[in-house]
Amino acid sequence: MFGIRFNHGTIERNLILLGVLTLITISIGGLVQVIPLFTVESTIERVGGIRPYTPLEQAGRDIYVREGCYTCHSQMVRPFRDERERYGHYSLAAESMFDKPFQWGSKRTGPDLARVGGRYSDEWQVMHLRDPRHLVPESIMPSYGFLDRPLNYADIKDKLATLRAAGVPYTDAMVANAREDLEAQARPAEDGSAFSARYGRARQMDPDGNAKAITEMDALVAYLQMLGTLVDFSEVTPERLRQQ
Amino acid sequence: MPEGLTTQPVPIAGSGSQLRPQPAYVEAPLRAFAIATVFWGIAGFLVGVVIALQLAYPALNLGLEFTSFGRLRPLHTSAVIFAFGGNALFLTSLYVVQRTCRARLLGGDDAAWFLFWGYQFFIVVAATGYLLGITQGKEYAEPEWYADLWLTGVWVAYLVVFGGTILRREEPHIYVANWFFLAFIITVAVLHIGNNVAIPTSFGSAKSYGAASGVQDAMIQWWYGHNAVGFFLTAGFLGMMYYFVPKQAERPVYSYRLSIIHFWALTFLYIWAGPHHLHHTALPDWAQVLGMVFSVMLWMPSWGGMINGLMTLSGAWDKLRTDVGLRFSVAALGFYGMATFEGPVMSIRAVNSLSHYTDWTIGHVHSGALGWNGFITFGVLYWLVPRLWGRTKLYSERLASWHFWIATLGILLYITSMWVSGIMQGLMWRAYDHLGFLQYAFVETVAAMHPYYVIRALGGVLFLTGALLMAYNLWRTVRAPVVEEAPVALPAGSTLPAAA
Repeated sequence: MFGIRFNHGTIERNLILLGVLTLITISIGGLVQVIPLFTVESTIERVGGIRPYTPLEQAGRDIYVREGCYTCHSQMVRPFRDERERYGHYSLAAESMFDKPFQWGSKRTGPDLARVGGRYSDEWQVMHLRDPRHLVPESIMPSYGFLDRPLNYADIKDKLATLRAAGVPYTDAMVANAREDLEAQARPAEDGSAFSARYGRARQMDPDGNAKAITEMDALVAYLQMLGTLVDFSEVTPERLRQQ
Repeated sequence: MPEGLTTQPVPIAGSGSQLRPQPAYVEAPLRAFAIATVFWGIAGFLVGVVIALQLAYPALNLGLEFTSFGRLRPLHTSAVIFAFGGNALFLTSLYVVQRTCRARLLGGDDAAWFLFWGYQFFIVVAATGYLLGITQGKEYAEPEWYADLWLTGVWVAYLVVFGGTILRREEPHIYVANWFFLAFIITVAVLHIGNNVAIPTSFGSAKSYGAASGVQDAMIQWWYGHNAVGFFLTAGFLGMMYYFVPKQAERPVYSYRLSIIHFWALTFLYIWAGPHHLHHTALPDWAQVLGMVFSVMLWMPSWGGMINGLMTLSGAWDKLRTDVGLRFSVAALGFYGMATFEGPVMSIRAVNSLSHYTDWTIGHVHSGALGWNGFITFGVLYWLVPRLWGRTKLYSERLASWHFWIATLGILLYITSMWVSGIMQGLMWRAYDHLGFLQYAFVETVAAMHPYYVIRALGGVLFLTGALLMAYNLWRTVRAPVVEEAPVALPAGSTLPAAA
């Protein structure tokens, strides 16, 4: 064809040519699959209610990541009948749009947690984390009693500032008041109006009932209890869920 | 046969003319890589057995943060993939590139020692971080930003040393094993950088947040994650196969043409397969379908590699009875063929709706990891360790044979128990009773998996036992005294044959 006989020997004799051709060959698929996800707007569904995590929830999320919860729990409800009945409405891309990292998971040794928020009481979550088999005898989950220790949140402002730099729409006030907001959410006895003004429906709570300390347990349960609760599906039309 | 369709034998590089003096190859750091391969292999298998037992007996989590499943699981996966597999790849690529190019390694011993200690340092920093809870929370990309930066430096040095050695080659052609090693090094660099773009929360903090989030983060992570399999555990190990199987079989590679076709097809297609980890998720359907279609196509170049490896044994199949190292390599190709058929099947969306999130995936990964990566590495070690230490033969072929059968039995127990528990759990999740209600609570599916978790752990114990036998065998091989061969007394009147 075209009077030129292709000879692979040319590539085999030239390291730079072999390397560059390899680089081009391996780049195509990734570029085609990744770039449109940033440019096609309908990749993220157009639903209301999504907000960045409160400082306490973000601290809890960091504990969720630290403990490798994703190795056994997914956060991604698939659009199947049984999953709808077991977990609720299928997960939207919008619901994890501020997740760094995403925690969709790849294994369900334990159940999906995408919509676990509000399913159990705060007290149940605390007791279950401390000793899962006390509440669910067949459970094989490790005990997380060691989370009953003070939460180190000295760096919470840095964390929110970093998240904002990485694209999460925290306002100046949210970053500046990160520490105050974290404490306000974890101390329901105190006035939380400033916190509520910034984070809408987020609930003040003290899951472990220990008013003296803000613990890692408090933060983790605050995170678990908001999972999947942001979108009000009674207001969502199918049109808004359409992805491209 | 039409011209051009004949299978051209590719010369086994390194076995060429003996007239030219052989360069002084770098070997001492390679011996260190061999020791590290065995050490991290056993460490990784051991942690695997521990976490398998934790799933059967949760009390083994001990209630301590450092020993809980969530922190040990990344330790296991990183130890076997990056520590065991990575050291095996350094060992073989640096060994093969010198011999197929007839050139001493660029930078000599110093450069190779830097790669060795640089890589071990990365492993230790990453592993201790996992136990302390320092993780990015992305599978197979758990190390935090500072470890990632260090690895990037080591990897660039690796590319320079490997590529630089090829540039010094005396052979006109770059041997096929080196194409695969080169593709592995380049692609892993691209994947590693692409998936780890992150901002530390402060300069002194181990914690960072990634540039991407949510659905984009998921796509980038599985573009990385699947191609860690595709290039670290496949392309790199195919490079290993293309040198050591012909060496063990003492036959040239079956088909030069097939190696060209499946090299380019594999490198092009693999990159597209990532979205099959995200079927039925919030990833847009177009990306899922692309991932599925390319994953199914990937079956062909994968089997191209298997066929090229197996057919290399044409005329040498009898060696399977006598050469345990070759037996490991050939069984590895069998497992590779099996896993690369199962993978495309599982990437079909309808199948995936059942298999995803279950132990079927875990079984699939282990048929590749234990069967393909593990066995081909064992085969190489049995062949290479005596040569690297200047010994004529292995301490015990019999012990190696025991290793083969114990490990094979372990893999079979592992895979079959995970098939059963995975498919069972997937079916239980979607089972309805006659009144139209979900038949099982989630925790009933957990309880049902217990016996299979015990069987799986037993399979892991067998695999670990085999590796311990290998370590003992190789240690005795290395420690054996070097015996000078006594001259054979010739009968009176006979003459020596002319030197070949």
